[in-house]
Amino acid sequence: MNDVALTARQVKYTNTAFWRNPQAAFFTFAFPLMFLVIFTSLLGSGTVTLNGFEFNQSTYYVAGMSAFAIITACYTNLAISVTFQRDAGILKRTRGTPLPGYDYLAARVIHAILMAVILVSICSAFGAAFYGATIPTGVQLLETAVVVLVGAGSFAALGLAITSVIPNAEAAPAVVNATILPLLFISGVFFPITNSAPKWVDVLGRVFPVRHLIDAYLGAYYGPPRFDFLWKDVGVVALWGVIGIIFAARRFSWEPRR
Amino acid sequence: MGTEEMSERIIEVADLRKSYGDVEAVKGISFDVGRGEVFAMLGPNGAGKTTTTEILEGYRERSGGAVTVLGQDPAKRERALKERVGIVLQSTGIDPFLTVTETIEMYAGYYPSRRPTGEVIDVVGLAEKKDTRVNKLSGGQQRRLDVAIALAGDPELLFLDEPTTGFDPNARRNAWEVVKNLVTIGKTVFLTTHFMDEAQYLADRVVVIADGVIVAEGPPASLAGRDQMRTRVRFRLPEGTPLPDGDSTILPDGSREIDVDAAATTKTVHDLTVWAMDHGVILEGLEVTQPTLEDVYLQLTGAEVGT
Repeated sequence: MNDVALTARQVKYTNTAFWRNPQAAFFTFAFPLMFLVIFTSLLGSGTVTLNGFEFNQSTYYVAGMSAFAIITACYTNLAISVTFQRDAGILKRTRGTPLPGYDYLAARVIHAILMAVILVSICSAFGAAFYGATIPTGVQLLETAVVVLVGAGSFAALGLAITSVIPNAEAAPAVVNATILPLLFISGVFFPITNSAPKWVDVLGRVFPVRHLIDAYLGAYYGPPRFDFLWKDVGVVALWGVIGIIFAARRFSWEPRR
Repeated sequence: MGTEEMSERIIEVADLRKSYGDVEAVKGISFDVGRGEVFAMLGPNGAGKTTTTEILEGYRERSGGAVTVLGQDPAKRERALKERVGIVLQSTGIDPFLTVTETIEMYAGYYPSRRPTGEVIDVVGLAEKKDTRVNKLSGGQQRRLDVAIALAGDPELLFLDEPTTGFDPNARRNAWEVVKNLVTIGKTVFLTTHFMDEAQYLADRVVVIADGVIVAEGPPASLAGRDQMRTRVRFRLPEGTPLPDGDSTILPDGSREIDVDAAATTKTVHDLTVWAMDHGVILEGLEVTQPTLEDVYLQLTGAEVGT
């Protein structure tokens, strides 16, 4: 079999195992949707001023939670589950077979991206049905698709990269959350970063990929005049993805780090 | 199998060395494994067994010496080599959420040639569990699945690193039959173990490794001249009985032991029993033993047997 067929086959097995693991499926799928409902219930009736436009918070959260869903499926879940597989010796066993390592990892990444696409679709449908967040069409839909794919791919690369600094499976949730939660807060996933936010939050957020992912998503999904879609944001996210790939290529470990 | 008949060498190791920092774990070992052979590497924990095995499997790079497996250098990690080798690691995981059949089929798909899944499941005796998820299998069943996975790609050579550690006696017997079956279907097996009986039962040839060097090599029956070693004749005498002629030592439990050359065993036993008949003495608990592989091993490694 060639690499494409091997990878496609591996995606299938990854998917079978994923849905049979109640925790992985629950946390990946339930969290973003749960947060969407909670945040919109608590804060969604208000409005927020962004770029000088009045904006329903519930509409904003549809975008915020879509970004959150991408990060959960591709960064959080992938990093934790690959670390578990590494510590359990599953990666080492795979390494002893003729399956090329990049085929195996590509399958994991592709599966994570597929989960992200499904989650974003659910968030969008939910937002359209209950919060009046109209699903874009035409160019905006294409732009949204690009943002989702680039974002998912980049965060999956970062998820693989972070496994190389996680000492063991028990530490995986702690390390993953410690690296991502602060960024989620300062990047506008849970609270829009308005003009009244401290300057350092704005500056720091723009260094990391989460803020750019949300900005790109808002720009693509809602579009002008309220938001500008900037390729620069997509570029920064992609750049972080490339850094993740380079780091993972050098440091990724197929064996438990003992 | 004698050395002469081994026309094809599946594994060749010459002066293999491996250091971890300042510690030399493998200190220049050499051996060959021929096609169709079950070759066992025996030694206490920390002797260098797993290091050697993982170099042969391609997981570790050697510090020195020459190694070929199926004519190739395993350190290059060529796909063409991995397609011909099956590996059962000492401790390793299986995706807990796939079934036995799915797991074997997944791994079989990585190989150009493969054995029918049903056949592999039968060889390891998991037919009743074929639709069971891995996380519902017992430890022994998972170990058998390890072997099944290694067999799935129909390899010529199998590495089994301590395949029965943690098994109950019954499960070990079953596993041994699995390995015996492998040989009948033409596989070459490289086995590591610290169980003497396992090496004795399975292996055509054994090397004993201790502290990174090979201390003995040969068929298990004659390892380190075991077949020519002294025989022990043991018995107990009732209180106050006069002693037979010849040297005998008294053991802590009060029984007597005579050490004799293997060649003189028959005569010694004959003389002893004639003496006993003549004097009307009963030789309680009379036994004649040759050194076991374990005795030889303890002597060679100077170690406690890990069980």
